[in-house]
Amino acid sequence: MSSDAMAIRTAEASGKPWVETLHEWVTTVDHKRLGILYILYALVFLVIAGLEAIIIRIQLMRPHNDFVSPQVFNRMFTMHGTTMIFFVVIPVLFGFANYLVPLMIGSRDMAFPRLNAFSFWLTALGGFLLYFSFVGGSGLYGAGNAPDVGWWAYAPLTSRAFSPGHSSDYWTVALLVSGFGSIGTAINIIATIISMRCPGMTLSRMPLFAWLNLIMAGMVILAISPLTAAQVMLSVDRYLGGHFFDTQAGGSATLWMHFFWIFGHPEVYVLVIPAFAFASEIIPVFSRKPIFGYPVMVGATASIGFLSLSVWAHHMFTIGMNSYANSFFAITTFAVGVPTGIKIFNWLGTMWGGRIQFKTPMLFCIAFLFQFLIAGLTGIMLGTAPFNWQLSGSYFVVAHFHYVIVGGILFALFAAFYYWYPKITGRMFNETLGKLHFWLFLIGFHLTFDVMHFPGILGMPRRIYTYEPGRGWDTLNFLVTIGAFVQGIAILVFVVNLIVSYFRGAKAGNDPWDAWTLEWSTSSPPPTYNFASVPTVASRRPLWDRKHPEDPDSRYE
Amino acid sequence: MTNEHKTEWKAVAARVTGILVILTGVLLAVRVCVASPPGDHPIPSIFEPHSTPAESIRHLSHFVLGITGLIFLVVFSLLSYVVVKFRNRVADSKREPAQVYGSTQIELAWTIIPILIVVVLFLATARVIHAIQDAPEPAEAVEVTAIGHQFWWEFRYPRFGIVTANELHVPVSDPAHPTPTFLKLLSADTDHSFWVPQLAGKTDLIPNHPNETWLDPHEMGLFLGQCAQYCGTQHAKMLLRVYVDTPEDFNSWVRAQQQPANQDEKQAAGRHVFETTACLNCHAIGGTNGTGRFGPDLTHLMSRHTLASGAAENTSENLRLWIEKPEAIKPGSLMPAMQLTDADSDALVRYLETLK
Amino acid sequence: MASLIFAESAIFTIFVVAYLFYVGKSLTGPTPREVLETPIFYTICLLSSSLTIHFASRSLERGNRAVFLGLWFLTIVLGGLFLFGTGQEWHRLIYEHGLTISTNLFGTTYYSLVGLHATHVTLGLLMLGIVLLFGLAGRVGREQSARVDVLAMYWHFVDAVWVVVFTVVYVLGR
Repeated sequence: MSSDAMAIRTAEASGKPWVETLHEWVTTVDHKRLGILYILYALVFLVIAGLEAIIIRIQLMRPHNDFVSPQVFNRMFTMHGTTMIFFVVIPVLFGFANYLVPLMIGSRDMAFPRLNAFSFWLTALGGFLLYFSFVGGSGLYGAGNAPDVGWWAYAPLTSRAFSPGHSSDYWTVALLVSGFGSIGTAINIIATIISMRCPGMTLSRMPLFAWLNLIMAGMVILAISPLTAAQVMLSVDRYLGGHFFDTQAGGSATLWMHFFWIFGHPEVYVLVIPAFAFASEIIPVFSRKPIFGYPVMVGATASIGFLSLSVWAHHMFTIGMNSYANSFFAITTFAVGVPTGIKIFNWLGTMWGGRIQFKTPMLFCIAFLFQFLIAGLTGIMLGTAPFNWQLSGSYFVVAHFHYVIVGGILFALFAAFYYWYPKITGRMFNETLGKLHFWLFLIGFHLTFDVMHFPGILGMPRRIYTYEPGRGWDTLNFLVTIGAFVQGIAILVFVVNLIVSYFRGAKAGNDPWDAWTLEWSTSSPPPTYNFASVPTVASRRPLWDRKHPEDPDSRYE
Repeated sequence: MTNEHKTEWKAVAARVTGILVILTGVLLAVRVCVASPPGDHPIPSIFEPHSTPAESIRHLSHFVLGITGLIFLVVFSLLSYVVVKFRNRVADSKREPAQVYGSTQIELAWTIIPILIVVVLFLATARVIHAIQDAPEPAEAVEVTAIGHQFWWEFRYPRFGIVTANELHVPVSDPAHPTPTFLKLLSADTDHSFWVPQLAGKTDLIPNHPNETWLDPHEMGLFLGQCAQYCGTQHAKMLLRVYVDTPEDFNSWVRAQQQPANQDEKQAAGRHVFETTACLNCHAIGGTNGTGRFGPDLTHLMSRHTLASGAAENTSENLRLWIEKPEAIKPGSLMPAMQLTDADSDALVRYLETLK
Repeated sequence: MASLIFAESAIFTIFVVAYLFYVGKSLTGPTPREVLETPIFYTICLLSSSLTIHFASRSLERGNRAVFLGLWFLTIVLGGLFLFGTGQEWHRLIYEHGLTISTNLFGTTYYSLVGLHATHVTLGLLMLGIVLLFGLAGRVGREQSARVDVLAMYWHFVDAVWVVVFTVVYVLGR
């Protein structure tokens, strides 16, 4: 079996210097290696940002705690949010897209391999710059450190007057740089899917994973640019004396908010749509049925993409827009819930009448369905503008979006890890450790994020380094912190599993799950060239057709 | 039990755990929503409103919670049923189930019904949005201008000619003859947000972007809140205290605030300290040279129960500590340590304590 | 390239929105009406460069290298003239009227929007210049016409953006 992983081991056995291996990895343009680099990069930052979260939770464990100073706390929540969104979730999703899209569409690599590598290294540089701020943020004034303005960096808090030193600039530049990387990868994904599908694979025969990543890439193109523009404007204000957000000169703080959320809302759909993609590949395989309603799944996701461009000001219900604007954004927010709900029903429809196997990837998917449902419903609550006037800026919102990102996206990501790990490494992971990870994380997640809704309901705002005792928040915060530690342990189990299984896992073979898309037709791990000969497909599930020649899908599509 | 069976029942257990967690949560919510004794409102719960805007919101929230709760029950039941009924049994794991690709009728149904739900939700929501935001201001309303600062609240009552800080006094409003308080919201520096959950939803204070909000408390007592938009280092301690008084008490409070500063000759030394140090760059005290507006107006400092926007109780020790070492109470606040001698500190504190 | 154009359009849209939002809102300083002079000549230069690059691409497709090189060179000259014109206007605005990026809201939004566009023109000219060099070295023939077309698409985009910027700044904004 020829493979990169095996090549490393045999090379080591035969004495290939580690410098050479390192050089290969640093200069690679192979989509599979870049995919792995993205994923490993994201895992490192997951641990770092997770530690930042633990620091936050220890500080909030009891009122008037002094584990960290307010200045440090404010940096922690800013860095936690910024890191998780830009240097954990985006890279890991790009990593999976990079690895799997060419394999699933039967092509040899992405359309622009060198752009691919360039984009990865830009993102990597962005992460490095952001964290360099801890050391380099002092600047001329000796003030500043890591950014502490929240991950939205609202004006005028980010103006020179209120943020001297360079901390805000590190935020700006790090995200500007990684934003270019994201746009590069998005362009690559679109070009690859449009022009490099194998013969017979029309757009309507593409795996849903490819479709959803195509939509995600389109949204990246439209959504990241407003942030880039706004950050350039902020830099003009901070360094060239501009007045874009300078309220003393007639500038507008709310303009920043609009620009930021025109990016920010589609951004969270960029994060969640690949999670939908994972679920759409994994649930059918472990239910032993095709996805229910493929065309509607595509259509619904495309509508989500479009509609998400119209909801941004639901993050701004409290800023004093008039009642017509508030009503408009309320209805668009409700509207985007319709295609999202449809998808949940389609996944249920896939499982209905199936023969569900409760392997670790499926456990994570079932939990994903349950949690994403709840997250969507609290989203509806938040879309109700007057209700939002109470809930926004409070821990209810923090609970809601962590429910989406951790309960939804991260659970789907874990499912993806366990599902494609055999393909990427050639080894099966340890099922016992996998289930331990699942249960621990499930318990920790619910302990933290179910409970977290209540301090919000009881009036606890977010982004506060401490709080007054006796408001009913004390015990709740303590429980939330315990859950955080449980989740931390679960992540450790996961990391251990990843490492242990790499060396001791059973050989996986090409197709350990009896699945139906093209990546399972080649070896595990795939050879550098992916497929010995270019595959031809006649339906959405080419391997089902091969395994069931008497009843191929092509007859029914 | 085979491993397969164990895993299946574990998945069912997962669902049951999920329900139990939710139920516990609901019970927790109910427990914390139990009404507190009147006059005492230590828990600022959005589900214990005492003013029309907050009450409208709670009313709407019941409707929304009902609908979302129903959706949850339906989908959750479906999920649980599917996970139990269609689990793989060892006996038929060799055969594949019927490969169903979709169903137009079913998909149409579960598209139309959510759209109807959205329409209903929207109508209910739009009604409340207009009712709260476009409520006309009656002539008897009390008018307050609230100006957000890093990290304290300035309250001006233009019709009464008074200025105070951090502790807002408003009259109780009788639904038969409403006397609401309408607040104009401005900011002197960054974004803030005025949030007293039991009285109204929050509204932001944004520089160069005046906003408005209103409340009409139906019950007397002290209501708690705090700034709800991250505004810098001490965002956490920019606390709000709203005192809802009887109309008589409110009027006496206004009259007391309208009095000029207490001129106690015995405290001339302390007043001298105030007038000859940097204090008066930031603070105003009626009848002195101090007209600074960067910090709170101190003319009636002793009429307030707390210092530093609720960060400390208004006692002698705290007052002295606040002047000598603000870092100890509110690290990162913009009040500098005044570096006074002990004698000057003593005199100043004694003077400030006469400013009732 | 189409995707890149979408992304760039989104960036320009934000700057245009900011410009339009702040029209008339400057608290001080020179207003557009007082200081702007419509750059008709340089606009014509830039827009005709779209024509020349179009014909250059067509010539290359037909294999007519000499015509291609001539028209390509003309495109660069026209683009360069446009940049020169912008520079001249900025010099006048700064030294005669005291309008800089930090003067007022008009200054900030004007220089940012026009400057962003000028940056894209400069980058375009650089890329066009590289192709010219390759062309002069005899390396650009019919086989490269698809790639040249992609670059021409970028150039057309830059011109289209100017149409929008011109309308917003010199027509609507005054």
